[in-house]
Amino acid sequence: METINDTFLYVIHNVPFILGLTVQHLRLVGIAVALAVVLGVPLGIVIVRFKWLAGVVLSLTTLVLTIPAIALFGLMIPLFSMIGQGIGAVPAITAAFLYSLLPIVRNTHTALTQLDAGVREAGRGIGLTFWQRLKWVELPLAVPLIFGGIRTAVVLNIGVMAIAAIVGAGGLGTLILHGISQSDIRKLIAGAVIVSVLAVVMDQVLLKLQRVLTPKGIR
Amino acid sequence: MIELKNLCKTFTQKNGQPFKAVDNVNLTVNEGEICVLLGPSGCGKTTTMKMINRLIDPSSGKVLINGEDTAGIDTVTLRRNIGYVIQQIGLFPNMTIEDNIMVVPRMLGWDKKKCRERARELMGMVALDPDRFLSRYPREMSGGQQQRIGVIRALAADAPVLLMDEPFGAVDPINREQIQNEFLQMQRQLGKTVMLVSHDIDEAIKLGDRIAVFRQGKLVQIDTADALLAQPADDFVASFLGQDRTLKRLLLVQAGEVADMQETLTATLDTPLSNAFTVMDDADLRHLTVVDETGKPLGYVRRKDVRGAAGVCADKLQPISIASGENENLRIVLSKLYEHNLTWMPVVDAHGRYSGEVSQDYIARYLNSGRTHRSMLVA
Repeated sequence: METINDTFLYVIHNVPFILGLTVQHLRLVGIAVALAVVLGVPLGIVIVRFKWLAGVVLSLTTLVLTIPAIALFGLMIPLFSMIGQGIGAVPAITAAFLYSLLPIVRNTHTALTQLDAGVREAGRGIGLTFWQRLKWVELPLAVPLIFGGIRTAVVLNIGVMAIAAIVGAGGLGTLILHGISQSDIRKLIAGAVIVSVLAVVMDQVLLKLQRVLTPKGIR
Repeated sequence: MIELKNLCKTFTQKNGQPFKAVDNVNLTVNEGEICVLLGPSGCGKTTTMKMINRLIDPSSGKVLINGEDTAGIDTVTLRRNIGYVIQQIGLFPNMTIEDNIMVVPRMLGWDKKKCRERARELMGMVALDPDRFLSRYPREMSGGQQQRIGVIRALAADAPVLLMDEPFGAVDPINREQIQNEFLQMQRQLGKTVMLVSHDIDEAIKLGDRIAVFRQGKLVQIDTADALLAQPADDFVASFLGQDRTLKRLLLVQAGEVADMQETLTATLDTPLSNAFTVMDDADLRHLTVVDETGKPLGYVRRKDVRGAAGVCADKLQPISIASGENENLRIVLSKLYEHNLTWMPVVDAHGRYSGEVSQDYIARYLNSGRTHRSMLVA
């Protein structure tokens, strides 16, 4: 009980600091996921058009996700050292970006391939081109599923980003690392709890956004 | 006009063997005609149809639309000029009904005002209130309403040719009957060249000006429904049409058509019985219908009751238990005759006026003759 009180007091007394870390944390995740959307959604579309690519792309993105976060950061350090970015934001964003690809690419691919066969055939039969079908029908219908992928990526990477503090990227992981190195249970708990709460809150925020962006006819 | 010339489609099966899904089909659908492709599943009827809008590419052979070889037209242009209706309907759930109907006209560059007017006009054709439905989404409508939208979407850009792939297959029987009737009525006004795929023999009889029966990729027989039912080309066609195919021919004749070929002989309540007897004797009738001053049937008199009797028709009047409407087909009439244990019944027009009669004798002669009902009517 006392520990919880202490943690609470610590947070109250360090609001600007913790808020700064939270914003930094979100910014890192935001940039990584945004990049993954920019690349992943088109990639998901491309592998629908060129079926033979689907297996390769989906396997590779799955493979990336199986690499433990700590190992991935370990790999990033020598790699990015070559361009003088071995530690800091770049390896952190890169790792989170790679982790985000699978849910986004796979959900885009699934949404487009599992589309109602009648809708697809009608679209072809009345003379819509591939791109017209995509723009007017298939992507609007895929919004909920693609957004599901984005939400998974965000939640997943809010957790991953907590580890990124070890490569000096900052974020809420910093609080946890300090907690460990200084044997300060307050910082450890504060860091862990805020990361969890952040993940849940962001998931809900994106869910609201998803509802707004989903076409009215399928809401 | 749609012409298929030596059309073939060969698929490669999983075991590497070629499979002829469509085997040298030659078929012409005349302008303004509904041609039904009929056959069991896997007989190649759908493949044949999909080669017309090139959802499937032919292996060999030609498809001509109004004389033009479609191989020279790019698929998108080709499809925009052919209406297409499918069983799954395939409305776009993210678009309103109006947007769904107007997809093709908009692609063809119609202006907004013209699109709006056209959408309202089309809704009228299928008896759906445009103010109520145009701004709705597909999932807010019943299956039957959605299928009506599917049909008018295909008609939106006024393409001369319409392809329909089991268009009413997913609709419940009552709605199906109604949509079929609406479609026939539209077709009478629009005169599209229609190819319709079906495995439902009753639907084929009802809608088809001609019916093409398919088996294992081959066109086995093509003819009018009546001729097909009266003279199936082989055992396969006969069995596919059903063992009750003779009775199905009754679907093709309406009571009014039979009444039209008769002289309308009637009596009134105050006609002397002797006069009524003379009329029946001259025309070799066993009964005579008695009508009121507006022509509505009141009952009938029998020859055996009238022979040598004095008085007027009112004295010997027999009641009529049931009459047939002019637009009822003979299958319905026959069913009513049996239901009421009658040998004949009067036919009345839309105003309830007597216009003739249908008897079991007539029905038997028609079915026996093996002649098409049109030739019977002329005879």
